Amino acid sequence: MTVAAAPAGRRARSGRVGAGRRWLVAGLFLTPALVLLGALVVYPIVATVVASFKDATGARFVGADNYRTLFTNHDTLVAVRNNVVWVAVVPAAVTALGLVFAVLSERLTFQRAFRTVVFMPMAVSLLAGGVIWRVVYEQSPHRGLLNAGLDAVVRVFHPPGRYPGAIPSEGMAASGKGMVLVQTVCTGDVAQLGLVGLSPQQVPSSAKPGRVPSTAPGDVTGVVFRDFEPGGGGQRGTLDPGEMGLPAVKVDLRTTSGKVLAATTTADDGSFAFHGAGSGPFRLAVSGSNFRPAFAGIQWLGPRLITPSIIVAYIWIWAGFAMMVIAAGLAAIPREILEAARVDGASEWQTFRRVTVPLLAPEMGVVFVTLVIYVLKVFDIVLVVAPPSEQNDANVIALEMWRTAFGARNQGLGSAAAVLLFALVLPVMVLNLRRFRAERA
Amino acid sequence: MTRVRRASLTAAMGAVGLLWLVPTVGLLVTALRPRRLFDESGWWQAVTHPSQITLENFRRILDNHQIVRSLGNTVLITVPATVGVVLLAALAAYAFAWIEFPGRDVLFLAVVALLVVPLQMALVPVSNLYGRIGIFGSILGVVLFHVAFGLPFAVFLLRNFFASLPRELTEAARLDGASETRIFLRIMLPLGRPAIASLAIFQFLWVWNDLLVALIFARTSTAPITVAIQQQLRSFGGNIDIISAASFLSMVIPLAVFFAFQRSFARGLLAGAVK
Repeated sequence: MTVAAAPAGRRARSGRVGAGRRWLVAGLFLTPALVLLGALVVYPIVATVVASFKDATGARFVGADNYRTLFTNHDTLVAVRNNVVWVAVVPAAVTALGLVFAVLSERLTFQRAFRTVVFMPMAVSLLAGGVIWRVVYEQSPHRGLLNAGLDAVVRVFHPPGRYPGAIPSEGMAASGKGMVLVQTVCTGDVAQLGLVGLSPQQVPSSAKPGRVPSTAPGDVTGVVFRDFEPGGGGQRGTLDPGEMGLPAVKVDLRTTSGKVLAATTTADDGSFAFHGAGSGPFRLAVSGSNFRPAFAGIQWLGPRLITPSIIVAYIWIWAGFAMMVIAAGLAAIPREILEAARVDGASEWQTFRRVTVPLLAPEMGVVFVTLVIYVLKVFDIVLVVAPPSEQNDANVIALEMWRTAFGARNQGLGSAAAVLLFALVLPVMVLNLRRFRAERA
Repeated sequence: MTRVRRASLTAAMGAVGLLWLVPTVGLLVTALRPRRLFDESGWWQAVTHPSQITLENFRRILDNHQIVRSLGNTVLITVPATVGVVLLAALAAYAFAWIEFPGRDVLFLAVVALLVVPLQMALVPVSNLYGRIGIFGSILGVVLFHVAFGLPFAVFLLRNFFASLPRELTEAARLDGASETRIFLRIMLPLGRPAIASLAIFQFLWVWNDLLVALIFARTSTAPITVAIQQQLRSFGGNIDIISAASFLSMVIPLAVFFAFQRSFARGLLAGAVK
């Protein structure tokens, strides 16, 4: 089409072209673009609005039924709700982050490197960005970086027990998260605390065959052991030959009302002793910390956190854009204005709050409005980050439009979703056009 | 700023920089480890166990016909869609900037107004239209759609740039008897190079990175890399070797463009933001 326009233009050789001639020349320059815009943008707008009042195949008119479905159907309501969350959170968060990064990186020695790194995610596809974050969000702390980091923190405050999944054997009973010996004990007693339900891998390699300590006057002694004899046999609740002692088990000596008097840990052969325990009776308990399971990882991509998780990934992608736009505005602020404020005794914070931010308002406005438009249309990253099972919970209008029109093949309802999207973008468009006009004036 | 404050600022910003860098590094390292290791341990293990690093995944996807073909399709879609937008938009922008005709400003505003029409508004009718004229599923269909939706921004950007050029240039050329085509080719295009470069980079990255348009208008044999990867996502852990390596391959060109033309890219985005 562009080729056709060229020779025709060459004919308009005269220096002063008449109005009719100019129309023709302009027409030839404009035709290719206008034809494409007409066929693939303008006509579809009309066709989509019409289709939104028709049924799934476009065969007959159904009035406002599709719109009624849109606002009563659970899936679309979730999509609308999520889009509201997106619009409420993302533009503000991205603008604020961009402002902070732009201002703080201004005097950085490695400013270029910093800005390049933060801006970089803008260059890659939302698909790749989504894949990047799915690896970050993997639930197992062995695989997902985020949960691995949390696991490291959790380990410091709540170290996992060595024997998760153990259950009480004969003579023992569950008590809270731990276990107690059913029989109370007195000084001089030797207790046998059996645990079952432990796999051979859970027995530490340092473990030795269990040993029942000898009785000692004034002491409460005992053994904690894996009450399972390879090959069967033996008696439940008592240490049989071949059964392993369990090392490093935390054992409490308590009053019968449950108050902890003393604590100790078992030796490699499972034995333990409370010296000079005083008069009894006591209760022996294996505390719950021995059985605390390891941190299983937060389900970032589960139904509850899916939308916040995707939003974080999206903010990570867009923060660089906001930073670059705002940094350009920052560079254009005359230094004298900032210095004048400081000379007048304003603190860094006051200068930032009262001078810098107001001067950057136009750039922040641009970022905010741009993000509102993009966020209303958010699609790729939701499709990629949300696992198939969570797409209902993560749904947004653009995703719902695609799923309805092309997955469920309901063109009417899909078109209504598209019109809804358009109606939401329209006010922002008017705002932008006003700004554009003001700039031309 | 005191020294302590400067040091803590440097440390904090360094940490933020790492936060922005690490997820991407994570994907690269994941792509460089064998799949069975993905189930067992995190990618960061490779830092202390460099022997885990292997090019096996990359070698395997280069033998994977679908992935290789989809990379080719990405090029076949992106290049014409970029050239097409630049050409059509430059022609239209020239008319809007330098040829006076009645209704010019209204028409220009109408084209710019199309800037924020969500492309969702066009998906259903255009797929029906493509079906009728027989280009549904073809690369041509994907390209035309990208060109159409790239035009409003492109026309806006180039028209403003052309209009900012000194009036004397075109007037002198017209007095010398140069045709509009000649002015366009000999004056506007060369002088418009900075704006055209920004536009081309922006459009190139936009189309290269597109998922939605290709998801709808391409079929398996014409699908670009983004769609090919998306189709592997159903079993994320099971296909992680393909997903991570292909994702990384799909990022190479955009990242190269980004690093080579960072300034122009930023300028294009800025211009786009002032829509």
